[in-house]
Amino acid sequence: MPSDPGRTEATGLGRGFPADRAALVVYLMAGYPDRETSLVSLRAAARSGADVIELGVPYGNPLADGPVIAEAAAVARGAGFGLAESIDLAAEFIAGAGPGAPPVALMTYLNPLMRMGPPRAAAAMCAAGIAGVIVPDMPPEAARPWLAAASGVDTVFLVAPTSTPGRLATVGAAASGFVYCVSTTGVTGERSELPAELDALVRQVRAHTTLPVAVGFGIAEPAQASAVARIADGVVVGSAVVRRQTDPDAVGEFVGSLAAAVRSARI
Amino acid sequence: MSDVFLPSAEMAYSSPDAQGFFGPYGGTFVPETVVPALAELDEAFQTALADPEFAAEFGSLLQDYVGRPSPLYRADRLAAKVGLGRVYLKREDLNHTGAHKINNTIGQCLLARRMGKHRVIAETGAGQHGVATATAAALMGMECSIFMGTEDIRRQSLNVYKMRLLGAEVVPVAEGTGTLADAVTAALRHWVERVGDTFYVLGSAVGPHPYPMIVREFQKVIGEETLVQLQGREERLPDAVIACIGGGSNAIGMFYPFLRDVPADKRPLLIGAEAAGLGIETDKHGAALTKGVPGVLHGFYSYLLQDDAGNPLEAYSISAGLDYPGVGPEHSYLKDEGLVRYEAVTDAEALAAFALLTQTEGIIPAIESSHALALLPRLAPELGPDAVVVVNVSGRGDKDMDIVREAGLGAE
Repeated sequence: MPSDPGRTEATGLGRGFPADRAALVVYLMAGYPDRETSLVSLRAAARSGADVIELGVPYGNPLADGPVIAEAAAVARGAGFGLAESIDLAAEFIAGAGPGAPPVALMTYLNPLMRMGPPRAAAAMCAAGIAGVIVPDMPPEAARPWLAAASGVDTVFLVAPTSTPGRLATVGAAASGFVYCVSTTGVTGERSELPAELDALVRQVRAHTTLPVAVGFGIAEPAQASAVARIADGVVVGSAVVRRQTDPDAVGEFVGSLAAAVRSARI
Repeated sequence: MSDVFLPSAEMAYSSPDAQGFFGPYGGTFVPETVVPALAELDEAFQTALADPEFAAEFGSLLQDYVGRPSPLYRADRLAAKVGLGRVYLKREDLNHTGAHKINNTIGQCLLARRMGKHRVIAETGAGQHGVATATAAALMGMECSIFMGTEDIRRQSLNVYKMRLLGAEVVPVAEGTGTLADAVTAALRHWVERVGDTFYVLGSAVGPHPYPMIVREFQKVIGEETLVQLQGREERLPDAVIACIGGGSNAIGMFYPFLRDVPADKRPLLIGAEAAGLGIETDKHGAALTKGVPGVLHGFYSYLLQDDAGNPLEAYSISAGLDYPGVGPEHSYLKDEGLVRYEAVTDAEALAAFALLTQTEGIIPAIESSHALALLPRLAPELGPDAVVVVNVSGRGDKDMDIVREAGLGAE
């Protein structure tokens, strides 16, 4: 793992992962359907048991995302929401949430980071209290400019069912915070069934990292969350939450049901 | 044979580095799911290149199926009209399926077959690459799906019909503006989902490594033939070589052999014509090299039309093959190094060039290729009345009849 004096247990994403059970990672789209409503949804998710918040940055070409997240991004972008506005939203949420609140990871595509400039983006994230980033179109080999600037911010990398053992090792060595294990080939979005090989995949990933391993893509229901919580250190739910983001009460209720499901499962 | 045509041993211009970078441009900025597939593709490509059987098979299909070499035609009436010494047209429009695209799709489908993949997908803008992919898939008995924006489906209905006749499925893409960039995104997303059994036949010199290198390899036949065909007809190399640029595959296919084989002091002026649409001072153009800022789109780093937040902008051109907000990474490198000059050509200039070639030579060019032809009158004062110029006519204009009719050509 790259050593980084600016990153500590207390500020990193790792603090969102409890020792005795899997963490619930909740994805929300920044600025959707508008800034205020998304802030209320963030607070509702935190209050209802999210352990880590993954805040999506609206982007015009969301290559790894399915229709629910892509459409939410388009709405937020239409109101002028981008990386700078998402960092600002996160700052307000974090400032109001206090020390026990879930750490926030920004999920952004690479080009907004490049456009802002990695040093400026990393400094703004640190100032906002953002604990980490997830960049779905930035494999470790392409991450040098970002990692050189990213002092104080965890960088989560993704592994997929197609990753070879060599690549699992590369990702394991480059990642900080946690490793994001994509459950299935394809884009984000709810699926009725999760692949049978998921258990084996997670075990393989674990062999290459000491970081928590969180599984995402396709998890839509509390029962699925509970099943994944038995095999992984974290359960990421995205599209199924974003779909409810027009109604923060529904977000809170749904996150509550996911949190209960994750807490009822033992690793 | 004049010695200026001979390859020079000390030429350094060759290939991207192992990570696929041309200078700072290119690379592999894609979701992890397809990273292993790209590595596998790179390996299969290198193995194929080293295999004389692959070269023989590809060469034989180019000759007997595509109809290569395509002629290098001396267009004297056109030269006189624009005030140049001699103008040579590289007739990629005479290839089977009517454009240069078939060179690449034959190559990539052969590669797919070697890799044991029986299903291919592709994006298409004008429909030329879609037709060329559907054609190669029919030839090799492969299942084929083509992703095409709904706006392009409207603009190019004839090509849509052709693809279906050839047995391909045409998947409409309604996201965004329903044009080429959206089709690439949809195809990439689909590839992420079906990466196990599907080969993505990328149509231009864009995308993550190794695609820009693969497309250049399969298109370089254009420039190689041109160098050979000039022998004995001209005492010296041409003064300028022109090609149009959307993603930049026909241009890199034409320019690369000149960059690789011709010493800098003897090299013609290489000029790429990109789409200025309604004018580069407006927001309706596709001039990534003239007006863009480097950024990442569709897996590679290159000049890109983007807003201040890093979102790709909509590109516009009368030509469905040139309305792409990015450009192949090698062109960005060539621009920065000053090895190729890039100029922007408006819809109106392209239409005028379309009419000019049609009426002086009886050749109906694609509206894309008309952007390259439009540089002839612009360059004539600079190059002088004795200059020798080669233009790559990358495709034929049959597909563009509705568009030029709408624009009012041939109205009286």
